[in-house]
Amino acid sequence: MRAWKLIRLYTFLVYVFMFAPIAVVLLLAFNSSQFGGFPIEGFSLRWFYRLAENEAIMRALKTSLSLGLLTALASTSIGVLASLALVRYRFRGKDLITTLLISPVLVPETVLAVGLLIFLRWLHVPRSFLLLLLGHSIIALPFVVLVVQARLVGIKKEYEEAARSLGANPVQTFFSVTLPLLMPAVFAGSLFAFTISFDNITATIFWRPTGMETVPTQIFGMLRNSVSPEINALGFVMIVITVGVPLMAGGLARYFARKKT
Amino acid sequence: MAGVELKNVKKSFGLITAVQDMNVTFDEGSFTTLLGPSGCGKTTILRMVAGLEAPTDGDILVGGTRVNEVPIHKRNLGLVFQNYALFPHRTIGQNIAFGLKYRNVSKSDIADKVKAALDIVRLPGVEDRYPSQLSGGQQQRIALARAIVIEPDVLLLDEPLSALDANLREEMRVELKAIQHRIGVTSIFVTHDQSEALAMSDKIIVMSAGKMQQVGAPEEVYNSPANEFVANFLGASNILDVTVTSADNRTIVVQTPQFGTITVPRARVADLHGAKTGRLVVRAEKLRLLEATAHDGGVSAPGTVEAVDYQGQIARYFVRVGDAQFQAMNMIDGRPFEAGTGVQVAFNPQDCSVLPIES
Ligand SMILES: Nc1ncnc2c1ncn2[C@@H]1O[C@H](COP(=O)(O)OP(=O)(O)O)[C@@H](O)[C@H]1O
Ligand SMILES: [Mg+2]
Repeated sequence: MRAWKLIRLYTFLVYVFMFAPIAVVLLLAFNSSQFGGFPIEGFSLRWFYRLAENEAIMRALKTSLSLGLLTALASTSIGVLASLALVRYRFRGKDLITTLLISPVLVPETVLAVGLLIFLRWLHVPRSFLLLLLGHSIIALPFVVLVVQARLVGIKKEYEEAARSLGANPVQTFFSVTLPLLMPAVFAGSLFAFTISFDNITATIFWRPTGMETVPTQIFGMLRNSVSPEINALGFVMIVITVGVPLMAGGLARYFARKKT
Repeated sequence: MAGVELKNVKKSFGLITAVQDMNVTFDEGSFTTLLGPSGCGKTTILRMVAGLEAPTDGDILVGGTRVNEVPIHKRNLGLVFQNYALFPHRTIGQNIAFGLKYRNVSKSDIADKVKAALDIVRLPGVEDRYPSQLSGGQQQRIALARAIVIEPDVLLLDEPLSALDANLREEMRVELKAIQHRIGVTSIFVTHDQSEALAMSDKIIVMSAGKMQQVGAPEEVYNSPANEFVANFLGASNILDVTVTSADNRTIVVQTPQFGTITVPRARVADLHGAKTGRLVVRAEKLRLLEATAHDGGVSAPGTVEAVDYQGQIARYFVRVGDAQFQAMNMIDGRPFEAGTGVQVAFNPQDCSVLPIES
């Protein structure tokens, strides 16, 4: 019995340790005080207004959002096609390609970041938004491939064979049968990709062109001067986006699934 | 509608030879069954005709035209799978209409054809449901409707009834055969179930280990098995070694250790290649158990019942005659014989066949 109590206490403490910082940010975002810390003096939205007026932050937010969306689009498109090839076809070098696609998860991000940078230097390609997008897509790709592959393995190939026997060519079969059945995984994969890109800081610091900031690098930059209450508000916005978007998407998916049957 | 022909068709997967030199024709409008145990290459043959696998060697002809290089979506075939493979994200109506979309059929015609197809499989009015809302038997009917609505040249069915439970399976096989007969589509049916094959087919191709064992009408394959594999695969058979003592144009006389000499009609004797020994095959259903003192005019010998497998109307007996055990499947009128009973084991010479000894 005592042991159980201890385990419960321990579990509780672990959760406190994990979520307290997030709770603190969420709380302090609404603190009316001048300083980004305790004590809480009163409730106010002023830091959110300040945030909206801060051009640098708004620019960073726009960059992050478009980078996230494009990363989701790119890594999902490539990930779906790669998964199809890996699951549905037999060819030489398949294991090698699988390893290569998954390896960005295993390689420390700093190493990956420096590696890509050196490679591009060697090719004399300057840093740009497009390269940042490429980098983020490489980081997000393994997650998309893993999610999509898992689902694709579960889709019996008889569905595709039936479609083809009925007269659909391979492309028509993909769009009318495979993709719709794959949709939940495509959806989940692109959410993953978006979140991964939106959160990323380590690799982004290496890859971004001079003068370009994403939300995480912007916060990082601001923190070097002082902990401004604006940062708490920005933290709040980030948490809402990275937690809220997947939750909302999950809810929507369930809603549509229920409407269908 | 068109016949199908396989010429020297062979298929290997790496080192495994799944199908060996197949030479066979599937007549236009006929219902042909590929029958054999699991792994003998039935599905592989069907998939080659469908265009889902390319033959390693040989030619496949549909309606007299070689189709080896024609991709599956241009072959105009109906395909029915064991697990139905209805598109789960589409309604029944959309499932059936799927193939029509690729065939320049107008919207109103599509609706009419879908309705007609549902009438044929006796499931009218389920257009707006989803596959998951139908039972297994209903889903298989829809799969059939989806395959025939495109008016395929050939209908390919891979164990379509195997996933259904026993009662439904028998009902569906009657219905499937009736539908096939009505629309007259050339059909190739794959099964490992001999009773299905016997009940439905115009022609049966018995397969084992990638090789054709016998091709013929159901009664031919059943009554005159070409070899021991066929004799045993289509129900239980008793097989005994015999010596040929004399032969003329119409009959052949063989000596058996248990039943003395038997005169078998020539038509029931396979080519023995001049050998003086052979194997006599008697189906379990053709072996009769009589009271120990009775005689009914057939060949007979005394025996002892060793075990009884009671199956309701029918009993399967294991009887010992001399040093060999025989199987007999008999209708029961009155009481079945009990284990240990002495009986007379009898059969008619014209119900036997003689096969060469396989090396
Ligand atoms: N795609 C494949 N790759 C390797 N071997 C296969 C493949 N398909 C079938 N086989 C082999 O070919 C043989 C025949 O298989 P199949 O045609 O499915 O048999 P059946 O349908 O009669 O049960 C089996 O030994 C099987 O393992
Ligand atoms: Mg099979």
